[in-house]
Parts: sequence; structure tokens; C-alpha cells
Amino acid sequence: MDPVTQLITAWKIPIGAWGKAFFSFLTTNFEWFFDGIARGFTVVLEGLIGLVLMVPPIIVVVLVALLAWYLQRSVKLAIATAVGLLFIINLGFWKETIETLALVIAAAGVSMAIGVPVGIAAAHRPWLFRILRPILDLMQTMPTFVYLIPVLVLFGLGLAPGLIATVIFAIPAPVRLTHLGITSVPKQLIEAGEAFGATRRQLLWKVELPAALPTIMAGLTQCIMLSLSMVVIAALVGANGLGKPVVRALNSVNIPLGLEAGIAIVVLAIILDRVCRVGERKAS
Amino acid sequence: MTAVEFKNVDIVFGERAAEGIRMLDQGASRAEILEKTGAVLGCAGANLAIKEGEISVLMGLSGSGKSTLLRAVNGLNKVSRGEVLVNEDGKLIDVVTCPPETLRRLRQHRVAMVFQQFALLPWRTVAENVGLGLELAGMPDAEREERVGRQLKLVGLDQWSKKYGHELSGGMQQRVGLARAFATEAPILLMDEPFSALDPLIRTKLQDELLSLQKTLKKTIIFVSHDLEEALKLGNRISILEGGRIVQTGRPEDIVLRPANDYVREFIANVNPLSVLTAYNVMRDARDLEDAGEGWVWLDRRRTTRFKIGPDRKVVAAERDKQQATWVACSQAEKPVEPGTRPVYWASPGTPLRTVMLAMHRAETAPVALFDEGERFVGAIGVRDVLQAVLRRQPD
Ligand SMILES: Nc1ncnc2c1ncn2[C@@H]1O[C@H](COP(=O)(O)OP(=O)(O)OP(=O)(O)O)[C@@H](O)[C@H]1O
Ligand SMILES: [Mg+2]
Repeated sequence: MDPVTQLITAWKIPIGAWGKAFFSFLTTNFEWFFDGIARGFTVVLEGLIGLVLMVPPIIVVVLVALLAWYLQRSVKLAIATAVGLLFIINLGFWKETIETLALVIAAAGVSMAIGVPVGIAAAHRPWLFRILRPILDLMQTMPTFVYLIPVLVLFGLGLAPGLIATVIFAIPAPVRLTHLGITSVPKQLIEAGEAFGATRRQLLWKVELPAALPTIMAGLTQCIMLSLSMVVIAALVGANGLGKPVVRALNSVNIPLGLEAGIAIVVLAIILDRVCRVGERKAS
Repeated sequence: MTAVEFKNVDIVFGERAAEGIRMLDQGASRAEILEKTGAVLGCAGANLAIKEGEISVLMGLSGSGKSTLLRAVNGLNKVSRGEVLVNEDGKLIDVVTCPPETLRRLRQHRVAMVFQQFALLPWRTVAENVGLGLELAGMPDAEREERVGRQLKLVGLDQWSKKYGHELSGGMQQRVGLARAFATEAPILLMDEPFSALDPLIRTKLQDELLSLQKTLKKTIIFVSHDLEEALKLGNRISILEGGRIVQTGRPEDIVLRPANDYVREFIANVNPLSVLTAYNVMRDARDLEDAGEGWVWLDRRRTTRFKIGPDRKVVAAERDKQQATWVACSQAEKPVEPGTRPVYWASPGTPLRTVMLAMHRAETAPVALFDEGERFVGAIGVRDVLQAVLRRQPD
């Protein structure tokens, strides 16, 4: 080794050790907190999944098809949705599909619940957005496995870490698009609101949010698709769903199982993508 | 009663506005301020009082600060220095310094605005747009719907209440904008080039509609325009802005007859004086007429027509070319003159100059006499008076 490299490596900055210390501090002192969150999510989601699974699948299929029709006013889409779901039942992945759907909906719900208000706050405060932007970039570019480890440490194995990891991955979309939507509201609409005496809150609810709604909805669609793309990762940390058979197939080099599960995920992705395009129908 | 008053208003845009103000006090020009500090002088030293019920027009080239001054009234622009007073039930409130709640109250109940690009909320129906101000002020639904319906009828859009803005033509959209402003029943109306985005025919139509509505509504209107014809047609008073400063304020005919500087003169160069001037603006006062002896006065310099004036300033006898004349109202000038008669046309002070000229033409350039509503003789218009006014020459 050359002397310079020797010099540089003589004392290694103990980042890993610091991180470990930080996380063990969190686990020892706030275990109750993270456990509470994990248990809360798990109980609620598993309860919901259990409920849906008690209903005969065909009824759920009909309900989802009706929802597709209601959202997009398209009979073709409703039929395609029903066929897709029946195909998944035929493959034998009904339970996994419901689990995945629950995870995706929960993750999208949490992401929107946090992301939209944060996006609004950032749109009103340029300094906040300047701080947020690198963080959002980091959340989207950092390889998922890197934060999977601390999430595992804090929340243990199961549904909760899967959900949290999914949220971390998906939440930049609603933040960004809400920010974009609110900041691009035409100035004259804002002034119309102000000129007629709107309070800040009225301005938000009666002018900014309705004007930004299509963009925010595009954020929801993106958020759902990003969540779905995390199913396999979520399965790695123990969340049930369509990712499980994929992981299993990977471990045992089971080509038929992997293929079938993969197709089921693709079918589900297409259905979600088409059904959730709320903003675009309005805009066209 | 004053509805709105600007007192020494300076508006400077930009982060270094304070420096801009300081330079302004040292007599720096707009360009110098921009170059040194990057601050934009929107308007400087504006003084203007607008009376209740009048239409006051702000005129000027693009960038002269019309919008800036207008938007100071409802606080859309921050005023750097000075006072902008708005009358609220007899009390003058300074919108520059008043607390936010007061400003909101003024915006909800006292000052409404009509925008150049309409600024309708596209996700709301026509009726919901018209009700915006009332909704923001927290008016109960039933009352609001009733009032919105009334306003829509006023602007002739009651059939369209369920439609969206993009389903309407530009003229109709601006009617919605007008109805939205009328709906709050605010006595003061700010209109920033409201008809500029419309094609000429619709523009003229909406101007006429505004004038006829104004007859019953009697709002105080501050109207921004860069079109002098429009300003002369609508304005009771006109203020001309140049580079952020008001260079002249006056009645339309004052502006046309007595422009304060070259900038204003250039503005009015292409204006047809016939569309502004009235008989009163061009007449020679009865007291300035040439005495013809025994209580008679000559109406014209060529001594074709003379009146004998009674003690109550009423006309006792009239002669034209030494023969008795017959009276004809100027409004009858369209009809041909009866053969053998010698008509003397008469007008009231408000008669348009165009009508006076037509009468003169019929009477073979004989003078036109002016009477007030009490039938008293107030003055006469000769050919030379008309020519002076049309050519905008002062008497030599
Ligand atoms: N919000 C603002 N920030 C910075 N500068 C501004 C702002 N609003 C107006 N100005 C500047 O102030 C000056 C006067 O603008 P204003 O809009 O009042 O002109 P105007 O007479 O209404 O012109 P137009 O006929 O084009 O509407 C312009 O130089 C403009 O660039
Ligand atoms: Mg303007």
C-alpha cells in the first residue's frame, strides 16, 4: 500500500459504529414507540385483510369492477378489471393479491396523508422546499436495501417494516406533485380570491387545492404505482403478499412459481394504473 | 363625498425598495432607480380623489403604472409610502396601514374587482363563480343563491348559471366577472382593462351595458384603460399617467381641449373631438357677445343673427339677416329646412358638438344659440368657435 492510502486509512471514521449506536439508542429507549406503531399497523391491516378474505372472492371482484366503472365511466375497463382479477384467482394468488392491495392502499394512504400537507407547506415556504428537495432526492435515489436494515431493526419483521419502507420510497411523489400543483396555480386566480377577501385558509381550500387537484391526483397515481413496485422488497422483510411467492421462487429457483407470481403482479399493476388515473380523465 | 383617495402614494417593487424610495426623494428618475437598485418604480407621488358615484379612468401607455395604482386600492399591491383611503360608511380607512381583518372586510363588502383576463375559477359553474365573494364572506346558502340569481339576470346570463367558464364566449365570461363584482354589492368597483381582451364589437356593447347599469347602480368605478376613446366614453374624470406619475386629471373635455403636456397631446392626437365635446365646451358666453344696441346682441362675428334679451335673460325677439327668425331645436336638424323660413337653431349645454355642427350646416353656417333648462340664453356658437375646438387651436 502506498503511504498516502496508508495515511488515509490509518484511522477509519466509525460511521457504521455511530449509526449502530444511534439505532441501539433508539431501540432501547423508544422500543415502546416503534413497537406500538408496528403493532398498530399490523393489527389494523391484518384485520382488514381477514375481513375481505371472508367475503367470497367473486363478490369482491364484482365490487372492484364496479369501482373501476365508477371512477372511469368505462364498461370496457370494468370488464377488463374483472377478467384480470378472475385470472389471478385462477392462478391461486387471491389471498396474496388482497394482502398486497392492502399494503399498497395503506402505504399510499399514509404517503398522501403526510405528503400532501408537506407539499402544501413547502409550496408556501420556498425555504422549506429548498431544504426538502435534497432529502426527497435522497429518498428516491438511495437503494432501498440501505434503509431496509434500520427499518428492520426498529420495527422487526413483518408487515410494518414493509409498509414503512414502501412509504419512504413512495412519499416523494405526492410531496413533489403537491408542491408543483400549488405553486403553478395561476396568479390571477389567487388574486381573484384575495380581491374578494379570502382568508389564507379559504384561499387554500377554495382556490389553491381545487386548482391543484389534477396534479395532486397524478401524485396519488404515482404513489400507488411506486408502492406496488415495492411488493418484493416488502416480502423480503416479512410482509405477506404477492412478493412472497416471488421471494420463495427466487430462493428455490422455482421457475413456474416465479413466472406465475410475476404475471399476477403485472396484471395487478395494470389494473391499478388504469383504475387510478383520476386526474387524467378530468383533464382530457 | 370622497370614495377613494390617494395621498402622496409611492409604490416601488423589489427587494431594495427602501433604497429606491430614497433615490426617488433625491429626484432620481425611474431608469436611474432601476439601474442602481434593481427596484422598479411602479408609481410616484400619486394624488387623486375619487368622488362617490363617478367613473374615474386611469389612462396611460403600457407600464405607466395604471394597474399598480388601481391595485393599491384593495391592497393587491403593497404601497411603499403614502395613504390610500377608502370610504367605509363615511369613515376613511387607510388600506396601507389597516389590520388584515379590516382589509378583508373592505374587500368583501366595499371594494370589488373585475379582471382583464376574467379570472374565473374554471372548476366552478357560472353561478358558483358569481357567488364567490358572498361565499367568502360567509353568507348563508339560500340568501346567496337568491342574490346570485338576481345578478345573473342583471347581466343577462340567468340561462347559463350551470355552465362552466370555458363553455362561454369571452364577452359572456366578462359578464360573469361583472356579476361577481356586483354580487357583493360593494359600492366601489375596480376594473383593470376589463374589456381589452374582447373584440371591438363586444367591447362597445359591454361599455354601453356598463354605462346603463351605472345609471341605476351608481357605483364608484375606477377604470383602467389604455384606449382613450373608451376613457372618454366612460369617464367622468380621466387621469393620465406617465412613467408612474399622474400628469393630468380632469374631465374628458378638459383633457381634449387643454392637454397639460406633449405626452397628453400625443395621446389625444388621434381622438375625434366630436365624440367628446359638447355645445357648452365650445360656446362663447352670452356676456362676451357683441352689443347691437337697444338690448340686442350679435350672436356671431359676421353679424348675421341677433337676439333681443329680456331682463330675465330670456330671448324676446330674434332676427336673422334682418328678418324675423323661426326657432328650431338642434335635435330637429336632421329634417330639411322649410323653404322661405330663416331658422335659428338652439341647443342645450349637453348637446353633442356633432349635432351642433349638423344644425349649422342646415342653417347655412348661421350661429347656434344655447339655452339652459330654464330657457335662459347662456351663449352662442359660431363657425369659428367650432373650428377652433375641432382643430384644438386657442383663439389667435
Ligand atoms: N409585482 C410587480 N413586481 C415588480 N414590478 C412590477 C410589479 N407589478 C408591476 N411592476 C412594474 O411596474 C410598472 C408599472 O406596471 P403596471 O402593471 O402598473 O403598468 P400598466 O400601466 O398597468 O401597464 P399595462 O397597460 O401593460 O397593464 C411596470 O414597469 C412593471 O414592470
Ligand atoms: Mg395593467
